[in-house]
Amino acid sequence: MAKIDIDHVFKTYAGGAQAVRDVSISIRDGEFIVLVGPSGCGKSTLLRMVAGLEEISAGEVRIGGRLVNNVEPAERDIAMVFQNYALYPHMSVRQNLAYGLKNRGTPKPEIEARVAEAARMLELEPYLDRKPRALSGGQRQRVAMGRAIVRHPAAFLFDEPLSNLDAKLRVTMRGEIKRLQRRLGTTSLYVTHDQLEAMTLADRLVVLNKGEIEQIGTPLEIYHEPASTFVASFIGSPAMNLLQGRSTENGFAIGPDLWRLATGPLDDAAITIGFRPEDVTFTRDMRAGPEFLLDYVEELGAQKLVHGTVGGQAVSATATAEFQPQESMRLTVPEHRIFLFSTATGKRLRTPITPMQPAGDFSPVKA
Amino acid sequence: MYRTNFRDHLVLIIGSLMMLLPVVVAFTTSTHEAADIHMNGLTLVPGDHFAETYETVLTRQGGLTGKVAGLTMLGHSLILGLGFAIGKIVLSMLAAYAIVYFRFRAATAMFWIIFTTLLLPLEVRILPSYEVMHKLGLINTYTGLIVPLLASATGTFFFRQFFKSVPDELLEAARIDGAGPFKFFIDILVPLSRTMIAAMFIIMFVYGWNQYLWPMLMTNDEGFYTLVRGIKQILIVWVGSQIPDYNEAFAMAVLAMLPPVALVVIFQNWFIKGLTESDK
Repeated sequence: MAKIDIDHVFKTYAGGAQAVRDVSISIRDGEFIVLVGPSGCGKSTLLRMVAGLEEISAGEVRIGGRLVNNVEPAERDIAMVFQNYALYPHMSVRQNLAYGLKNRGTPKPEIEARVAEAARMLELEPYLDRKPRALSGGQRQRVAMGRAIVRHPAAFLFDEPLSNLDAKLRVTMRGEIKRLQRRLGTTSLYVTHDQLEAMTLADRLVVLNKGEIEQIGTPLEIYHEPASTFVASFIGSPAMNLLQGRSTENGFAIGPDLWRLATGPLDDAAITIGFRPEDVTFTRDMRAGPEFLLDYVEELGAQKLVHGTVGGQAVSATATAEFQPQESMRLTVPEHRIFLFSTATGKRLRTPITPMQPAGDFSPVKA
Repeated sequence: MYRTNFRDHLVLIIGSLMMLLPVVVAFTTSTHEAADIHMNGLTLVPGDHFAETYETVLTRQGGLTGKVAGLTMLGHSLILGLGFAIGKIVLSMLAAYAIVYFRFRAATAMFWIIFTTLLLPLEVRILPSYEVMHKLGLINTYTGLIVPLLASATGTFFFRQFFKSVPDELLEAARIDGAGPFKFFIDILVPLSRTMIAAMFIIMFVYGWNQYLWPMLMTNDEGFYTLVRGIKQILIVWVGSQIPDYNEAFAMAVLAMLPPVALVVIFQNWFIKGLTESDK
């Protein structure tokens, strides 16, 4: 068990392409960190640099306080779980688990004890003498995890370990990974592009975009206080609504519609208004928010997803199963649940929002 | 579903007959006496001299020096075939391992140079090779017979393709498991390539077994005769009214065919797997 410090790390490929730019993360002992981002954001590269499979172009990586930039993967005291399991196909499950220990010269009785322990923990005992070929996807993934566990490493590195499993199994295995990590208390670094996996597993989330950190925080921090439009749209399902508009004296102009909310003075009037689908309520009160034109409805059973447009831009909202959507409705969102972003930079603007008094007449207001 | 009909079978039967008949004729003819064959030509009817012909071929001390029998020639052919097969596999696996897994300057260029030598048949370089072996004093030795032909572009090419299809994660997992380059090769790569090795073994064994020109150049001592050369030897006794021992030549050809056929029959499952599917 150890802490991991990633300190101003860069990855530059021959030819000048930068996969990772100035990433610093300090991971506490026993913490479960999830690196999340779309494909090509550098999350796997970063993980592989910690593992030692990829060279570090600049910066430092420390595991348990020890600088490991030039240390072989086997000497870094880490264990890795791969997306395609990477089990040795010609070895039985038992041999797969024992291979790493055998190479390190661990005494035989100890190897047997550790393999037995891991097999018990992962319920792999009946399969110990089978070849990986004869196992299901979930069992193979458990063997891959077992191979990591038997090493008693300082840190687990997971590279999208659940991507090859079907949806149902993914949920089960997600729970198993979480439970196992809790129980062993081993520092873990987990890469995924699935925001749900990231939210449910992480102690802290690191959202990466184009090789740079967009935001680090607990899942709830990231969800409730997204630092940029990128984070806002990536985390949460269905995604946050982002409407491009302008801040005017009378409120936000979204296309031809006006949303009567006021902000403090802004440097740049071009803003993006963000709000989560679950914070939307519909009303027929003409004095409320902008007009929502219904597009289509998705029934999810427990609730329904209402899709439509506001000022020509797509908006989705969740509603109760009983809700009867109308062709045209007014949309309201509590002021403290509205996020403002600079359209130019995508960064969050920390400007308070207050409702404005309606302008006397109750007819639809046009900007 | 398509159902096979008579015409499909007919095509297959004709094909099989074309392949099998010469072998059958060689066998049946070998059971007749030399004079019979000389008068009546090839025959499909088995004769009654099977046992004695084959016994003669295998055990009679023949040749110009009178000290080389069929069994010794069989032994030489085996040494040549096995030497070629094992040597070529070891060498081409190592070469392919270097090309695929190690980054060194001009690796791709080197691979293509090796690959283009596929276009050059042995005959093109046979005289320079002979000259080198002669200067090294390796004429009439197994080393001289086997070593110059060990470098194999075919083998290197096949193993390269195979290694390239092994997922990178396996190498990475092995690195994290503390396996160095040597351990990874022995513990992971070699066991993974066993079907490929089997396929290569058969191809290379047959290649070595059938070598004729090279052994003829490299050895002038009858003690190194192989079966293939033995067949030729039987037929060059056309002096005066003597009839060549056709029956013995045929018998030896049949014998020369047996080990490669046995090998293919025994290993055919592996052989097909090695060349068609990747077992990962």
